[in-house]
Amino acid sequence: MSEKKFDYFIQGKKAKWEVIIGLEVHAQVLSKSKLFSSSPTKFGAEPNTQVSLVDCAFPGMLPVINQFCIEQSVKTGLGLKAKINLNSIFDRKNYFYADLPQGYQISQYKNPIVGEGEVILDMPYGTKKVRIERLHLEQDAGKSIHDIDPDNTFVDLNRSGVALMEIVSKPDLRSPNEVNAYVKKLRAIMRYLGTCDGNMQEGSLRADVNVSVRKLGEKELGTRCEIKNVNSIKFMQMAIEYEAKRQVELLEDNKQIDQETRLFDTKKNTTRSMRSKEDAHDYRYFPDPDLLPLNLEQSLIDKLKKELPELPDEKKERFIKQHHLSAYEANILVSEKEISDYYEEVIKNCDKKLATNWITGDLFAVLNKKNLSISKSPVSAKNLSTLIKMISLGKISGRIAKEVFEIMQLNDEDPETIVESKGLKQQSDPKELEKIILEILSKNKDKVEQYKSGKEKLFGFFVGQVMKISEGKANPQLVNTILKSKLK
Amino acid sequence: MLNLSNFSLTDLVKGIKKKDFTSLEITKTFVNNSENSTKLNTYITKCFDEAIIYAKNFDKKKDYKGLLPGIPIAVKDLFCTKNVKTTAGSKILHNFVPTYESTVTKKLWSEGAFLLGKLNCDEFAMGSSNETSFFGNVTNPFGDKLVPGGSSGGSASALASSLTPVTVGTDTGGSIRQPASFTGTVGLKPTYGRCSRWGIVAFASSLDQAGPMTKTVEDCSLLLQAIAGYDPKDSTSVDIKVDNYNSNLTDKVKDLKIGIPKEYRVENMPSEIDELWKKGMDYLKDAGAIIKNISLPHTMYALPAYYIVAPAEASSNLARYDGVKYGHRSKGSNLIEMYENTRSEGFGDEVKRRILIGTYVLSSGYYDAYYLKAQKVRQLIKNDFDKAFKDVDAILTPSTPSAAFKMGDKKDDPVSMYLNDVFTVPVNLAGLPAISVPSGYDKNKLPLGLQLIGKPFDEQTILNLSLAIQKRANFKRNIKVWWK
Repeated sequence: MSEKKFDYFIQGKKAKWEVIIGLEVHAQVLSKSKLFSSSPTKFGAEPNTQVSLVDCAFPGMLPVINQFCIEQSVKTGLGLKAKINLNSIFDRKNYFYADLPQGYQISQYKNPIVGEGEVILDMPYGTKKVRIERLHLEQDAGKSIHDIDPDNTFVDLNRSGVALMEIVSKPDLRSPNEVNAYVKKLRAIMRYLGTCDGNMQEGSLRADVNVSVRKLGEKELGTRCEIKNVNSIKFMQMAIEYEAKRQVELLEDNKQIDQETRLFDTKKNTTRSMRSKEDAHDYRYFPDPDLLPLNLEQSLIDKLKKELPELPDEKKERFIKQHHLSAYEANILVSEKEISDYYEEVIKNCDKKLATNWITGDLFAVLNKKNLSISKSPVSAKNLSTLIKMISLGKISGRIAKEVFEIMQLNDEDPETIVESKGLKQQSDPKELEKIILEILSKNKDKVEQYKSGKEKLFGFFVGQVMKISEGKANPQLVNTILKSKLK
Repeated sequence: MLNLSNFSLTDLVKGIKKKDFTSLEITKTFVNNSENSTKLNTYITKCFDEAIIYAKNFDKKKDYKGLLPGIPIAVKDLFCTKNVKTTAGSKILHNFVPTYESTVTKKLWSEGAFLLGKLNCDEFAMGSSNETSFFGNVTNPFGDKLVPGGSSGGSASALASSLTPVTVGTDTGGSIRQPASFTGTVGLKPTYGRCSRWGIVAFASSLDQAGPMTKTVEDCSLLLQAIAGYDPKDSTSVDIKVDNYNSNLTDKVKDLKIGIPKEYRVENMPSEIDELWKKGMDYLKDAGAIIKNISLPHTMYALPAYYIVAPAEASSNLARYDGVKYGHRSKGSNLIEMYENTRSEGFGDEVKRRILIGTYVLSSGYYDAYYLKAQKVRQLIKNDFDKAFKDVDAILTPSTPSAAFKMGDKKDDPVSMYLNDVFTVPVNLAGLPAISVPSGYDKNKLPLGLQLIGKPFDEQTILNLSLAIQKRANFKRNIKVWWK
């Protein structure tokens, strides 16, 4: 596994460059109502139908903290093995924008709810620890819609006030692949915890990507650029590749990198400047006087810790130990909670090794083809388990099993019924098989002679003939045994 | 028919319960007074017709369960009132009609009172003379061209001239107590968190408190009882039982220890203020209280700290008035221009001044020197009071450094205007309850008030002490009705 070596560097004209990446992931808290109001958070509702007087900042309206969102972020913090801060403060981040009704975003600045933690990545070159700097809670803004009317901008405040967790990593990532692994791992942890649905299409998970480069071997960090609000892993990877190359080219031309905020253009696959450091907002952060400092009881944290589900890393360890999986296999099976649940359901009744192969092989192929998540799998865990058990018991051959599986994925039929109705049951009667074998041997006397005189390759030919006549249903082990004894 | 104008709230409630008179009679009296008060300019919005209808209905049903049965009340136009225009004295909200009712006014209505109208105030409660309102100056009934104080100037003037039996105001740095002092009325700022801020147009969230403004201390205790209480919709309101201030009210204050802070003897203070203060001590001594000299050493830093903290919060609180969602919107060729035009035209000078100050003190590079330092000062001021309250039960000071002044006198000198709040501001910074009770006059026969500052949530003690002063000062609001 650690044979491969890390090899993501940008080869410039003059030197080899290392890429330094830090991520600020914005994860929407899985919660029925918003961070400071009771409005619903459902995705895709008609514009401005999930907006309370608080969300659109009417005079005299006051925020009231949603305790559930607090617990969700504490859980996430625990999942990141992070320090939970018993005292944290909500601050106002002041700026004007049409989709920011209050004229400020309630966020956490100096005293976030969660402190330092870590995320472990499994890379082809070994495990890698990514340090988490902090996690803080904040409100989302609304949405400005510029393309409905040529003269006006429309504002949808459904998202206004929705709770977000901003998870800030240290600049520990070194390649687009590591970013891919990091975001997926973070997403998996939160989905295991039920604190974020991780749905990137619906904007539940977005990231600001900080990129800088330095010559290989240098210790100092270079000037970074922040690529704002990238909403897919693929775009993050593309943005990093482009941005790193851009920076290398500038530096090799003896030009300076301006610390600035950039946007990723998904059509051109380039990044472009959004605002320079000089134009950066002065957000005038100060503690929100409408909210008291957030004080958590240690007992609440202890309780949430106790209720924590098994997380990907622990599950992986257990799978390796308990189910004798390779680290690679375990990684795949724990990458999504639903996959690991499916796996554990399947192996209740059948061989673990076969189950692993079937799930990561045939089942994943079907899911990929149909673009389905495992929770929508066309083959239920129970039926797949039965199928595998039938193989182990010799009721069907592996080849027949594939045929049966093809039928199963159409409407999740019970494999036993399929085998029964299609007459696919394995032929395991030694007398019947012996009859077929003897007939083949007598029809191919020349080949029998050749075999006996040393051309042992022909054994395969005889097996093939048996399979052909039995329409693939002959029990291969039995065929082997009988053939061997008859060819002696 | 009796002239109900000069009845106290207590007597009105008593009379209505005894069926000496009806809600309609009361309402007609105050509507009539109000209609003849244009020169005072106290009303921004009049709800007289609705009030008459309400009173008639009340008289049919005669439900005496509440604390304020059948009582019409006009309130400061900072309280959001459902379906009734709420302007905060600003052009930027000149057309704003809330769909909701503030918790404090809702409590009034649930005690049997009903809305008579919305009273003028300084724009967004920023001012000490009611000269910053978009709807014009309010006049003090004690004299033409005399300010009523601010920011609850419309409320104080309306109360003193009997346009409303009682009223509620808000107090961020003295906005209830200073106008009460200027108009010879009683005004109480409760402990921060005692009354809900929900539905009150915010000025400075960590300082704002709603409170009763009344003609007598008895009325004050009754009205406070009606509006106080925990509100889950306001995270800064406090879940502590509301005392029965009215039935617990007593002038038996024997052996209570009263602190006299030496730092409140400010330079150039008129001698009549000092004399009033001494009289106050005598009244309380006469009632059996014990006078003790105390020190609140950080008092001199309170005003500067206040004028950093309050504008800082205001600059952020007022960011929502951007023309996008409600209120005044000016035209502009793009978003930024629309913002700039809306806010330039929508806000008056004093509001703009405070937004600028507030924005400045929160700016990066200045935050530590101003805002953070002011917060530290605030803590020191709190500590001063905490320490003092180990030895005394309440603190007696003048309410204001002078009596009401002429309109325009301080308008162009913000600092001298701000100095008006020198005795009231420390109380807001420390979150304490304080009351201004009318106690005497200056040489021009203008009213002067004394301030009693209490321990957190001990409104009862300062009410009791105020009652003792009220009985001894024998203050009379001798107002000739000149404005009809």
